[in-house]
Amino acid sequence: MSHYESPLRKPLILQDKTLHDITEDICRPIEQKPTKLWYAAFTVASICLVWWVVCVSYTLGTGLGTWGTNKTIGWAWDITNFVWWVGIGHAGTLISAVLLLFRQKWRLSINRSAEAMTIFAVICAASFIVSHMGRPWLAYWPLPLPNQFGSLWVNFNSALVWDVFAISTYFSVSLVFWYTGLIPDFAVLRDRAIAKNLAPWRKSFYSIVSFGWMGTAKNWQRFEEVSLVLAGLSTPLVLSVHTIVSMDFATSIIPGWHTTIFPPYFVAGAIFSGFAMVQTLLIITRKILNLEAYITIYHIDMMNRVIMITGSIVGCAYITEFFIAWYSGVEYESYCFVNRATGAYWWAYWSMMTCNVFSPQIFWSKKARTSVALTFVVSIFVNIGMWFERYVIIVSSLHRDFLPSSWSMHHPTFTEVGIFIGSLGLFFVLFLLFAKFFPVIAMSELKTIVKSSSTQAKKYQKENVELVTSH
Amino acid sequence: MSKYIYAIFNDDDAVMHSIKPLRNKGIKIKDVISPFPIHGLDHELGLNPSRISICAFIYGCIGLCLVSLLIWYTMIHDWPMEIGGKPNFAYWKNLPAFIPVTFEGTVLCTAHGMVITFYLRSKLLPGVTAPHIHDRITDDHFAMKVLIKDPSKEQEIMNELRAHGAVEFVA
Repeated sequence: MSHYESPLRKPLILQDKTLHDITEDICRPIEQKPTKLWYAAFTVASICLVWWVVCVSYTLGTGLGTWGTNKTIGWAWDITNFVWWVGIGHAGTLISAVLLLFRQKWRLSINRSAEAMTIFAVICAASFIVSHMGRPWLAYWPLPLPNQFGSLWVNFNSALVWDVFAISTYFSVSLVFWYTGLIPDFAVLRDRAIAKNLAPWRKSFYSIVSFGWMGTAKNWQRFEEVSLVLAGLSTPLVLSVHTIVSMDFATSIIPGWHTTIFPPYFVAGAIFSGFAMVQTLLIITRKILNLEAYITIYHIDMMNRVIMITGSIVGCAYITEFFIAWYSGVEYESYCFVNRATGAYWWAYWSMMTCNVFSPQIFWSKKARTSVALTFVVSIFVNIGMWFERYVIIVSSLHRDFLPSSWSMHHPTFTEVGIFIGSLGLFFVLFLLFAKFFPVIAMSELKTIVKSSSTQAKKYQKENVELVTSH
Repeated sequence: MSKYIYAIFNDDDAVMHSIKPLRNKGIKIKDVISPFPIHGLDHELGLNPSRISICAFIYGCIGLCLVSLLIWYTMIHDWPMEIGGKPNFAYWKNLPAFIPVTFEGTVLCTAHGMVITFYLRSKLLPGVTAPHIHDRITDDHFAMKVLIKDPSKEQEIMNELRAHGAVEFVA
């Protein structure tokens, strides 16, 4: 065997899986009827999605007055949810692009589903942008199109216009990155449908989506080069996206928003919340689809380390903000931060601190990092905490305006809550369809490490060492 | 009459290490079809390095120029505005504010240009059908495409391939 198998590193594929086992394990759930659990989850998610349609239609038909926002608090749940979803999306790109550049092979079991999560999360985020516009039929206005107003162009100095370009570039580039990786795996499903003579729709569907992939040496050579260059492009892209999202706030003059720490702090928070969502999804997926041999405790451990580190970075950012608010000597800034922790929204602030800063600190212990149940609980905590982070930044900074006569509170209406719950429904409907019809693990790429990082390879190596020593 | 046959292997190392000895014996190996990328195979087969990243660079340059032109035209030339006491009189003076969109536009053109080139160059398009050579060619088997010029030598070549690990032959 010419492949080098490190005796020290833990194997990434357990249970002596062969190349054929990988194909079988990933394709079986796609070719079989969905389980009852899948139907149950899909039903719940679909009901939420219907509720989303109802609430969005009501908002668009009646107007933004159906929301709890007011003259003081112009942004509330809408932009909180937008930033939350975009942030969640970042982990997929981090896993598939940054870990590819760093040659981290453990990404191979999780990159496909994390990238799918990215795409669905960005769709949810974009839905909030459209619904908060009030007049979504004018959604094309941020685009630099010739028009009848003079021609009055969009303002390229504005962070909101940067955001339009950043989010749309991010979405479309993530989509082609994901799809290009899917093509060889669709070809596997196509060939199996032909070989096993499965339903005709499977043959034609997977034949169309696999674009006639062959897997010739030249195909693979180009495929690998394209993946590498796309990873190189996606890495600065993903950093730029949340930097620009943070600039929507940081370029304003609102105390609590007007700070230079926002770009790195938002990017760290995005990675933090994204990895938490990946954990939430994968702990369920590996259980339902029996993928414990591929998404192992080692993978969970590695992701927990990322959560712990980024959680601590976010914690440092919270403390730095406080320090700078005092050190700057700006009265409005100091008031804003003291009010954040002790004012009317103290509960939101301390929920954020508990979930984001304190809860991931448990992962200093290896026992905690390798516990599936605890990981799941903490990942939910982090998801909640990161939602509160955006809520605190947006609502608590706005609700005490410069004039006390403008002071206000935000009370969400059922429409706002419904759109948020509904967006979770939209996300899970998309994710469940993905888990049913698409290969959830990048089979073709995972097969490259069978000979260098699986229990099968370890066994082979051990047997061969014994052979050598016994002679 | 010359023809192609596919020698089916079940181990990637066997494919990799048999190319050189087989070629030395005069066997014409035209291609290898595999379920996953085998590193070093392109070198072993003598394929030229892919030029797709050069294309990507060119697309990036085009994207950079187009986006800069768009911003210059809209913000400086066609309708200069004074926003927040910062007039748009010269492109280079406003450049810092234009960097984000310029960057995004460059990435957009690079990524999509490169992927479209990859699809077209590799003839990957919806509606294209791939020949079904073997049931497990995308699973765990590998096919070596061999050109046979003289049909009388076919058996001899097959024996040679079998000696190097081929388990099956598909015409």
